[in-house]
Amino acid sequence: MRDADLIGAGLADEGLARRLKALACTAPLHDLDARKAKLDWADATIYQMAEIGLHTIDQVTIAMDFDTGADHHEIVNRLRPFIAAQAPGRAKDEHERVARWVLDNLINVGTADRGFRRVYGSVDDRGRYARRAFDFKLLVELAAPDGEVYLRASDEAINVLVGALDTDVESAQIAAEVKLENLINRGRLADAKLAAEQARYRTVQYGETLRAKLDATRRDVRAVDWDAEMPELLDSALSHIESRFRAENAILKNITTARDDAEDSDRKRRAAELVDIVGDCISRHTQLQSRLQAAGAIFRAEQDRQQFSGPPQRATVDLFGQLLVPTLELPIADAVRPAERFFHGSSGLSVPAVPALPSLVSMLLRPAPERDKVVGEIPEPELVPPETLDYYSDEQWRQADELLELPDVPRRLSGLIAEARELDPQLARLVALRAVHSYSPEVGAAVRQGDDRALLAVDDGTPLADAEFGGADLLLATARIDRGDEGEEVSA
Amino acid sequence: MSRPGDVEAAARLISFGMRPKQLPGRDVVYADLVRRYGEDSAFKQLTNAVAAGLGLMVLDVSTQAGAVLAATDESVFEIKMDSYARQSKIRERRDTEKVLHGLVHLAAAALGYPRPDDLANDTYIGRVTVEQVDGVVREACRILDERAAKAEENNDPLSDAPELEQAWRAYARRPAAAATKDGRLASDTTRGMVARALRFLAEQGFLVQVNTEQGGTYRTTPRYQVQVRELAADSAFEELLELGVVSVGDGAGTLRPSISDTLS
Repeated sequence: MRDADLIGAGLADEGLARRLKALACTAPLHDLDARKAKLDWADATIYQMAEIGLHTIDQVTIAMDFDTGADHHEIVNRLRPFIAAQAPGRAKDEHERVARWVLDNLINVGTADRGFRRVYGSVDDRGRYARRAFDFKLLVELAAPDGEVYLRASDEAINVLVGALDTDVESAQIAAEVKLENLINRGRLADAKLAAEQARYRTVQYGETLRAKLDATRRDVRAVDWDAEMPELLDSALSHIESRFRAENAILKNITTARDDAEDSDRKRRAAELVDIVGDCISRHTQLQSRLQAAGAIFRAEQDRQQFSGPPQRATVDLFGQLLVPTLELPIADAVRPAERFFHGSSGLSVPAVPALPSLVSMLLRPAPERDKVVGEIPEPELVPPETLDYYSDEQWRQADELLELPDVPRRLSGLIAEARELDPQLARLVALRAVHSYSPEVGAAVRQGDDRALLAVDDGTPLADAEFGGADLLLATARIDRGDEGEEVSA
Repeated sequence: MSRPGDVEAAARLISFGMRPKQLPGRDVVYADLVRRYGEDSAFKQLTNAVAAGLGLMVLDVSTQAGAVLAATDESVFEIKMDSYARQSKIRERRDTEKVLHGLVHLAAAALGYPRPDDLANDTYIGRVTVEQVDGVVREACRILDERAAKAEENNDPLSDAPELEQAWRAYARRPAAAATKDGRLASDTTRGMVARALRFLAEQGFLVQVNTEQGGTYRTTPRYQVQVRELAADSAFEELLELGVVSVGDGAGTLRPSISDTLS
């Protein structure tokens, strides 16, 4: 077998790429913990950042419904108790800052795309290895009709959270609920809560799928087959809701009884939580149902608006099908030309302004215009404090300065090293280095800096006898820099 | 032989055309010149010649739209894409930025005139909103994504050749909205770009703002229709034909079939 075949057999497997992508989705969470030590505004090592990250995604997912999600502020408020539990001794402001930091990092504020990119390798049919980019987002920001920006969890984020999403939504939900009923019958409420929460995520996800379809159809009536496909879709969604209502009401009844009958207070509380979750599921279904009922009216209105048109009058280009879609399909490098040509053609003229003196004066006197609503964000860079590069401490530098202060009699390097070693073993190296450095002293620099003296080293041919250092046993002396009228002059 | 008075009238008609918000319906002199352009072929030729000398093309002169002019290449009146999309310093990013802005303009026109008929029909007036323009492109991206997912081979972009990445991926990756610290809409998001494009077109007299619902609702003007139909669509189409990525259609519109087969 050739090498290519061997590689191909091992790697040309779609499962591998899928797993690598799934792995990549968790990277931002690990990254939070890796970077927390470098934050300069707090000692954040006490916080479990990945946990907070997952909790953030949970909170955003739970807040998602058909129209809006939660805004930044709301999420930060919801996160605070959880963060406070991790570090009760810290200030409230710090908790809030941690929440914002985690949220910003999950959105990846500061990059143009506000997402993440991981490179992974894949092997194509011919056994060639290629590096590919996988772009994903965890939290996305969307604008609501009222202009507010709110958050939604991306599919990838829900995948990271719930896991194993390569399954049919509906069957997964049925499975989760069967499991739940079983658990309740056996009285295992802790597991039941987990299963109920998962069921809720599935519900949200199902709602998302439907929302995307409804949005698409509202934008473009002709995109949807009205004769068969849409009624079928609505029917199946409605019957789905019907069956879920039945199942969840049964569960609700069961746990409500369990809650009321339970004597153990902890169990009672757990059952009460479960009641809340299932109640929430039911309200979500109600929401979905009202959406489905309104869908028909939206379709009819859009149909009326778009359906009637006269016979074709002259041949023109189909802007969407013949220009927009083909351009979208082109690689960026090729798409520049058509995009530019279209812009050039459709942008009209810019008439050069010729300033006249009277109007120039009034223009200059005009108060500055209000700031535009859309101006680029100025991202606040997150600065990591530089690692300390100083090998020697300030104290060691001070001691070396003292040793090398030799205004009167020159001294041998060997003696200085021995003296330094007594003070601090590390100091000897610093002294030796500074001695070597002063063999070619930068007198010009010293003069520029305004120093009044400089260290000089002279080699008189005596070798240095030392266990650690080799070379010449230099003669060292401090020279005063004399600033006479004729510039600088060095005298020993 | 043209008299100085005729030349002045021709130049005046062109200067009217340079003020896109001025319409023949609201100005007797303008209306008179438009009528003369339609009836007097010598005057028409003279006007076209004056325009050509200035680096302009006369696309159409009509009572609804007035004199619709376009700048020829390298004309002093030309609006350069580079100056419109000046934001990024890195070369590859600049290309991406240009393509995204171009796509936004293309989508605005596609939404304003969803069917070929609408573009051809002189009395048609379209409506566009910021939300819809962004939605149309994202929807197209979603369909292309579905199509890509159905294809057997892995077509995630190559990490060392970003310029080969397909345009729709760049658009889909760009966030629709992002909150800035002072709660405004960030301009490098797609909605920020759309809002800017529509405002720009409104300033050029191609759109008229109706209200601020859905991020800003606008209606198209006859001028925009002429501009897109007579120039922009054709020149972009020629580029695509040269690249061999489109074929000449039958005029029935491709919006329906290209979408319905992917929603099933």
